[in-house]
Amino acid sequence: MSVLAVAGGQLLADSVISFDLGALARNFWALTIDGLTYGAIYALVAVGYTLVYGVLRLINFAHSEIFMLGMFGQYATLMLLGFGPSGNAYSEGTMMTIVYLGIAMLGGMAVAGGAAVGLERVAYRPLRKRGAPSLVFLITAIGASFVIQEFVHFVLPKLTGGTLGGVNAQQPIRLVQASDVISFANTSISNIEIVIVVSALTLAFAADVFINRTKFGRGIRAVAQDPVTATLMGVSRERIIMLTFLIGGILAGAAALLYTLRVPSGILYSGGFILGIKAFCAAVLGGIGNLRGALLGGLLLGVMELYGQALFGTEWRDVVAFVLLILVLMFRPTGILGESLGRARA
Amino acid sequence: MPLLELKDMSVAYGRIEAVRGISITVEEGELVTLIGANGAGKTTTMRAISGIRPISAGSIWFDGNDISKMKAHERVLHGVIQAPEGRGVFPGMTVLENLEMGAYARVFKTKAEHDATLGRVFELFPRLEERKSQVGGTMSGGEQQMLAIGRALMARPRLLLLDEPSMGLAPMVIQQIFKIITEINDSGTTILLVEQNAQQALSRSDRAYILETGEVVTTGEGKALLADPAVKQAYLGVA
Repeated sequence: MSVLAVAGGQLLADSVISFDLGALARNFWALTIDGLTYGAIYALVAVGYTLVYGVLRLINFAHSEIFMLGMFGQYATLMLLGFGPSGNAYSEGTMMTIVYLGIAMLGGMAVAGGAAVGLERVAYRPLRKRGAPSLVFLITAIGASFVIQEFVHFVLPKLTGGTLGGVNAQQPIRLVQASDVISFANTSISNIEIVIVVSALTLAFAADVFINRTKFGRGIRAVAQDPVTATLMGVSRERIIMLTFLIGGILAGAAALLYTLRVPSGILYSGGFILGIKAFCAAVLGGIGNLRGALLGGLLLGVMELYGQALFGTEWRDVVAFVLLILVLMFRPTGILGESLGRARA
Repeated sequence: MPLLELKDMSVAYGRIEAVRGISITVEEGELVTLIGANGAGKTTTMRAISGIRPISAGSIWFDGNDISKMKAHERVLHGVIQAPEGRGVFPGMTVLENLEMGAYARVFKTKAEHDATLGRVFELFPRLEERKSQVGGTMSGGEQQMLAIGRALMARPRLLLLDEPSMGLAPMVIQQIFKIITEINDSGTTILLVEQNAQQALSRSDRAYILETGEVVTTGEGKALLADPAVKQAYLGVA
């Protein structure tokens, strides 16, 4: 939506930013639904940031690369199933498409979950054993992020004979042809949007139940609230840390599949970066360390971003996300729902 | 064979030795107290027994096994359970969730076994049953202490370590807590207690050790120490 094309658009600054309330009003529901699909994906990735922060007080910046590996994981799974990039979407029938997508999602989850646990083992655990200061963890996280990116950039193509990774984006494998299944007013909801929102909300709900209602979830909250006392209760902190990375990775892997359904522009070694930062914003927005905060923050960020895009123009979308973050933090420094994983229960 | 035996155990924070070669035994079924002033090394000793603080010399024996190198969370599996100083109630969890945390490392064979353990805790602390869905962080000091002890009981301790259960509590509540501690001990649980409230602790203990600057200076039966003029002067505020 270029500035000049906006009918009735008011020019605030010369061809740079517009303010078009009409565009927002006309497309309100379409934007909301679109925003929710992005938001649901942000939310799933945000859970990984928030859980690890809750348990280790560490911003795991390499989580965006875990997400990226998840995209390659689902892609590789689809290739193993015999699919390849093609101009048109495959038509396998509804049932089989769901089965294939399910298998691909499991593939993405396995790769991302495994990578997250591996990252913890190789990068963070040795530092913990040596009692490194928190700044060192942060730098390591940023370093790990580059290492994983460059692995997919240079090493993965060598390992797979050029099939995966490399300089160029992987052409998308499309199993689903987008088609509108629900229409109302001037809004329509596509099958893909329904799949994304329903899957993401189901997984988010499962994560919430796991954290709040199960023994291991209690263990995670106990370590987040008071690691020493948790140890006195017989909780192995190391095992809880591993579990936390695993859950974060699995959800990022699931989000990766959903993301490639929504944005089938091909996948690339650097493809996790922006989404990762947005998800991190979502986690901070909702209150980092707080599971429900991450979910709420994700959905909110996704929707506000698209409202902002309609109001100010497409190129301002990312700016809106960060300005929103700054505004919320000015008034609520601990995020919308506040900090602490333990206080996630209302 | 004592249930717990510390042999010349030392604990250091950097170069400073907080505990210097102490030897302490606790027999099965006993209630033993460590008393001493602030900084005498009582809490450090408790942390070392639970494995949260590594020891720098000597050894810790539990039930005939050297547990000096055992990881903290594994000691819980063997029945070494601590209600820590400051209570350590998980602030964001409900009373019931806190109690369930106590049983984290324990595998109940049947639901009935679980319910019986919980029932026993509620019997000792009826207040906890009334407040079971209240969030831990919003409870009073006395209630939090009850919760900390109740939570420790959920693990079915073989040795219950209580670090200053009377700290910061009103005299009435202290009475109540000590009464329950005696009750727990009478029903067969071995207890090692750390206290600054020497009067209460000594009168209810089988034996006691007095710590000063990281060393055991006196040991004897609780009631005997209570009558000792030197102890009276130093710890009971009697001239």
